[in-house]
Amino acid sequence: MSYTVKNLNQGDRELIAFRIGDQEFCVNIMSVREIRGWTPATAMPHSPTYMLGVINLRGAVLPIIDLSARLGMKPADPTARHVIIVAQVRRKVVGLLVDAVSDILTVTDEVVQPTPEISSELERQFARGILAIEKRMICLIELEALISETESEAA
Amino acid sequence: MDMNEIKEIFFQECEEQLAELESGLLKMNDGDRDPETVNAVFRAVHSIKGGAGAFGLDDLVAFAHVFETTLDCVRSNKLEPTQDVLKVMLKSADVLADLTNAARDGGSVDESRSRGLVKELEALANGELPSPSAAAEAPAPKAAAKPAASAAPAATPKPTDDSGFQPVPFSFDDFGGEGDVGSGLPAYEVIFKPRFELYSKGNDATLLLRDLSRLGEMTIYCNTDALPGLEEIDPEGAYFFWNVTIRTDKGEDAIRTVFEFAEWDCDLTVKPVDEAAGNTSANEELPMVPVPFDLSILDETGAAEVSSAGNRANETAAAVAAAETASNVTQMAAAAARVEKKESAAAAAAAAAANAAAQNNAAGAGQTIRVDLDRVDRLINLVGELVINQAMLSQSVIENDTTGTSSINMGLEELQQLTREIQDSVMAIRAQPVKPVFQRMSRIVREIADMTGKSIRLITEGENTEVDKTVIDKLAEPLTHMIRNAVDHGIETPEKRAAAGKNTEGTVRLTAKHRSGRILIELADDGAGINREKVRQKAIDNDLIPADSNLSDEEIDNLIFLPGFSTADKISDISGRGVGMDVVKRSIQALGGRINITSKPGHGSVFTMSLPLTLAVLDGMVVTVAGQTLVVPLTAIVETLQPEASAIHSFGANHRLISIRNSFCPLVDVGRILNFRATQANPVEGVALLVESEGGGQRALMVDAIQGQRQVVIKSLEANYTHVPGIAAATILGDGRVALILDVDAVVGASRGQSLKAEMSLAAVG
Repeated sequence: MSYTVKNLNQGDRELIAFRIGDQEFCVNIMSVREIRGWTPATAMPHSPTYMLGVINLRGAVLPIIDLSARLGMKPADPTARHVIIVAQVRRKVVGLLVDAVSDILTVTDEVVQPTPEISSELERQFARGILAIEKRMICLIELEALISETESEAA
Repeated sequence: MDMNEIKEIFFQECEEQLAELESGLLKMNDGDRDPETVNAVFRAVHSIKGGAGAFGLDDLVAFAHVFETTLDCVRSNKLEPTQDVLKVMLKSADVLADLTNAARDGGSVDESRSRGLVKELEALANGELPSPSAAAEAPAPKAAAKPAASAAPAATPKPTDDSGFQPVPFSFDDFGGEGDVGSGLPAYEVIFKPRFELYSKGNDATLLLRDLSRLGEMTIYCNTDALPGLEEIDPEGAYFFWNVTIRTDKGEDAIRTVFEFAEWDCDLTVKPVDEAAGNTSANEELPMVPVPFDLSILDETGAAEVSSAGNRANETAAAVAAAETASNVTQMAAAAARVEKKESAAAAAAAAAANAAAQNNAAGAGQTIRVDLDRVDRLINLVGELVINQAMLSQSVIENDTTGTSSINMGLEELQQLTREIQDSVMAIRAQPVKPVFQRMSRIVREIADMTGKSIRLITEGENTEVDKTVIDKLAEPLTHMIRNAVDHGIETPEKRAAAGKNTEGTVRLTAKHRSGRILIELADDGAGINREKVRQKAIDNDLIPADSNLSDEEIDNLIFLPGFSTADKISDISGRGVGMDVVKRSIQALGGRINITSKPGHGSVFTMSLPLTLAVLDGMVVTVAGQTLVVPLTAIVETLQPEASAIHSFGANHRLISIRNSFCPLVDVGRILNFRATQANPVEGVALLVESEGGGQRALMVDAIQGQRQVVIKSLEANYTHVPGIAAATILGDGRVALILDVDAVVGASRGQSLKAEMSLAAVG
């Protein structure tokens, strides 16, 4: 995956796209700190099912969220081929387990279409729009929504 | 660097000076009459005054000035530092500390106290020796007599307050001054010999001489006798001195004021001279040839050099300039050296010796730098990573290396040793001596002794024992509480002590020492000891123990740590609100420490605290629970045991008790509490950890296996996740994986029915 910094026009934004199962999602690249391979996590007691546990990220304790389970799909069975997207959400750093990172996109705001109203509550909760790129459909995820629950737990 | 930062440094230095001051005074109190001790005390007050003056902290300056004047009397042997005098001085040191704090943080100080002390200090300086009673009573009538003076040194933080200097008698005896100050002679002879320290502290001889020139008409000679050849010259040394004759109507005081802040770093002689005999007398006394010296050169070179090379360069530059303008300077100096060979050689030797002594002093004090704590913490974190990384590397090499003889293994071992060493050294950076905390205690003892009318002596030992800064910071509060208790409850009144045949002066001994990787702090008093009958009765009255309970002496002694226990008949100002020792115990436990008491009726009590050396690492027992690795803090564990089937007794539907030496202790399945497994494990297959929790109760925690005992670095879970009930923190083990540190108190609490799960299920819903 090669990428060179282009001069971004006003209103352009860069997104990082990844796969979970046969679906594609993307998040704002500015939130992403790094991408790394899967390492076994230490389970946390009493944690929600999508919380896989914590891993050691160069000395920091990093919680890992199974994004598939978090979005209401079937829980992942992590293997060495899975990747973790390390993202900064508000003041916390979390790891998102996904199947693979697929692309980096530069899009303008107009490309992002509104999410159609469907009954899936989770889709409504996390999706912020849909992009049509080269006949693929990519769903834009709002990171803040992903850990809003963990945030309120702390409160 | 803005003004506030400089001010912050000043206050940091003030703290050091105050500590120096107090330890010096205490040494004198113990009979130390070394002039160097007196000088050190004087210097401390003087430095505070100097700095405070620079920042316009008038209250501080005013008080320090009076204090300094009295100390000067001691220094010049005009005032004998008796116990009573030192008592006043120690109190003054306390007030000085209060004033410093008030200047830093705002807030106010006890004005009447500082005012009273100013009176006492002035009385001492005027040679009125205090009798113990007079010292206490004197301030009141005097305050009425001198109402104007009382307002001046008042410790209000208002800068508008009239707090200028009071005229105070100042002794010049040690300077060899002989003439009357006010005798009307207009000419003075000033010999100003700067020492190396003067320049190193950023003072400038040029500026001082220029200031002096403003007082009146003056003639100035620079003496260059001591200037060595160019190859021997120390560019940072001080070789010149100046011989000034000045005509002024401002008096000797004004001349001295010019040199006030440099006084300690130069040899200064000021004396009035007979006009006719002025210069000759100087020549007779000092083996030197005055070299005519033009002040304007001093000014030019001074100005040029301040901007480029700094203060110390001034003298060298001035030397060059002087040599240029008066080319015969060196010849003259050489001639003078020949003529006065003996004297000047002796003088030079003396100067060299003094210089060497000063440098030795500096070396002995140890060189220090101030480093931001955050930087140290980051370094500690990184080194922690290094250790883990190194362990991971070793592990993977061992796994992949089948021969087992490669040089890689040897290299790894060396790396391991190095990283351990680095870790130890880095941890040592955070370590600080407990001295500051101990010194604070001496003040508390003084104050409470005053309040209660008891006579107490505090002896501290091992105050240079080092421990992590965070531990020190958190130690002060429980220690204060315990000292108060010891003085208020432990030590008897002088009358009672006399009746018991003891020394009327009570002794409190505070000791710190290292023992097996922990710091041991002992607080011993020689008071009445614990009245076990009274303690027992009180505990029964407060429903803390059943009336018919049979307790050992030790158990009774430890009752005082129970919440809501206080034996004081009347609630005093100092202690006895019933929030005493249980709070102490809890704060010590929060630090990962333990506290114990042993008491001997009639002979006093000893409190022993054992604390970890640092809060960044923790001694833990690594255990396995339902396939997960957990760390249990070692401080919580009383003992470990392998339960036998016969010792396990079911109690109701879900509970089990384990019998340990004929007492029954509830069995807590950690895996079940943390929801790691659905059903209770078979206790016989596991290991029981007998733990003691905050509430004092014992529980047996069931784990599957013990992996070992090790020191772990504590990592926050909250930083990126959230607080997890039952888990105190996380750590990273040698294999690079995260392990959770068990919160024993929470787990025990959960087993009591304060369910972790209830709290948790709420959290899961969000």
